Amino acid sequence: MSTVSLQRPDAPAGRPPRTRRGTGLARMLLGRLGSALLVLLCTATVSFFLVRLSGDPVKLLLPPDATAHQESVLRASLGLDRPLYSQYLAFLRGIPRFDFGTSIFYNQPVGHVLAQRLPATLELAAGALVVTLVIAIPAGIVAAMRRGRATDRGVMTGVLLGQSTPPFWIGILLILLFAVEFHLLPASGYGTFAHLVLPSVTLAVYSVAVVARLLRSSLIDALASDHIRTARARGLGPVKVVLTHGLRNASLPVVTVLGLEIGSLLGGAILTEQVFSWPGVGQLTIEAITNRDFPLVQATVLFFAATFVVVNLLVDLSYTLLDPRVRTTR
Amino acid sequence: MTVTSPVLPAAAGTATAHRHTVLRTLLRNRLAVVALAVLAVLVLAAVLAPLIVPYDPNAQNLLQRLQPPAWLAGGHRAHLLGTDELGRDMLSRVIYGTRVSLLVGAGAALLAGTVGTAVGLVAGYFGGWPDRLLMRLADVQLAFPAILLALAVIGFLGSGLGFVILVLGFTGWVSYARVVRSEVLSLRTRDFVTEARAIGVTDTAIIRRHLLPNVTAPLATIATLHVAAAIVAEASLSYLGLGVPKETVTWGGMLADGQLYLGTAWWVAVFPGLALMITSLAVNLTGDALRDVADPKAYRR
Repeated sequence: MSTVSLQRPDAPAGRPPRTRRGTGLARMLLGRLGSALLVLLCTATVSFFLVRLSGDPVKLLLPPDATAHQESVLRASLGLDRPLYSQYLAFLRGIPRFDFGTSIFYNQPVGHVLAQRLPATLELAAGALVVTLVIAIPAGIVAAMRRGRATDRGVMTGVLLGQSTPPFWIGILLILLFAVEFHLLPASGYGTFAHLVLPSVTLAVYSVAVVARLLRSSLIDALASDHIRTARARGLGPVKVVLTHGLRNASLPVVTVLGLEIGSLLGGAILTEQVFSWPGVGQLTIEAITNRDFPLVQATVLFFAATFVVVNLLVDLSYTLLDPRVRTTR
Repeated sequence: MTVTSPVLPAAAGTATAHRHTVLRTLLRNRLAVVALAVLAVLVLAAVLAPLIVPYDPNAQNLLQRLQPPAWLAGGHRAHLLGTDELGRDMLSRVIYGTRVSLLVGAGAALLAGTVGTAVGLVAGYFGGWPDRLLMRLADVQLAFPAILLALAVIGFLGSGLGFVILVLGFTGWVSYARVVRSEVLSLRTRDFVTEARAIGVTDTAIIRRHLLPNVTAPLATIATLHVAAAIVAEASLSYLGLGVPKETVTWGGMLADGQLYLGTAWWVAVFPGLALMITSLAVNLTGDALRDVADPKAYRR
């Protein structure tokens, strides 16, 4: 966040700005930060009340023949005997300290449980990102350069298929092909590189489709612009033109849309983890919901919302770095 | 459901000619024709399911469990697509699965379209604080992965077909609202709107008579694409076991069952998966074709 330090964010509002540009950028980033915090607060509130709308968790956790005394003991140990507003405030106060209470099912601090599952999800996300970049960028470039021809149509058909196919169905097809039929890769589980291949490809299919399509259309726009024609006139070869001039201009819309698509990708991760029994946060979320482990549900929901918010803050930031015009326009 | 007003009012008389050109342009797109034909078959299958299926989709026959499709060794003509782990007829189940898919797709799109259009009209036409509030709400909604919200709501508040439609409907309104709002923002400064306001036409009448008819084209495209998204989302929820209850036949639920038998009986998972993919592809292709008709500029790319 070195860009923010150009201007002290706490500068008094009435003071004349040192440079217009710095103030504009700092104010924009502060605004984004503010709305990100608001989004997180709303998410926390919704998840808090949602899990409590489902009825009394104590009744769900205890067998039907439990005595009133057992009920009140459990209620007190879960902190549910306190008034709702005090539970809510305690929950909110815990968030900045990553203190989400104790998981009912694991009987461990929720933060611990989450931290144990995080590496698997990060590994899956990294694998999917690599697959996306390796496939989508060349595909988008090739489709844009040979637009209208057979290669382009092939890429676009693949894009359409990728966008209409749900991840769990892709996962099952991959298992059928590579695990059941050819015995090349494990069908599920976690640990080795071989375990990572199929889940990464499964999760990446949707983002490959989105990135390839966007890169193609924004490259086509970029290649039609004046400075590209100038570069061509100067005698640069087509490949060099695309790589040095086209890609930079085409990357902006791709980055933006990827930020907005992160919600779908997180949803895809939940499904992918379920298909491959991948011990990540997505599977943990499903477990937590089926077990009615509500402190864990609150935390996982917040985790996904926070990921979305942070990624989009980074997208905004990279936007201002990639395109100087964003900095000067209000 | 409390929603009573239809999203798309009957097109005014002048629109009939326009509709003909839309249809003609659509028919010129061969892929769109195929997609529409597939959709028609799917709708027919869903409506006529009780009449055309060879077996009750839930009738078990443990003596004939996991029979392969008819064209494979060991298959029998009695069960064209084979049977599942409880001896239920796959063909009948795949046909019945169409019902839930299309119902959820159409229901969710209708509900989301109604909510989103109302929000977009109000935000775009009145501006000011309602606009800021509603668009901020849209941001919050976007930050919440729709499937996660659906999972949490269904997991904690109850499952069932109606619940799935409600949840997917209320999580899908943002794209409608955004598009309608931006259309309305440009429409409201146009002469026919400012003049209507000048001669004292009420806000509701302006919205109904001048704004709504002008946003139906982009709405139709979004709605179609949303139908596909809702179908996939329902299948995902049912696959996770947190959607429509097990007694109802769903492609997602069938896929979840079938995954357990991938090593011995691939057909239990593959046929519902294929049905799901074909449906979602057909709906998406129709949506793409609609967009090309509505926005020829994008088509030429």
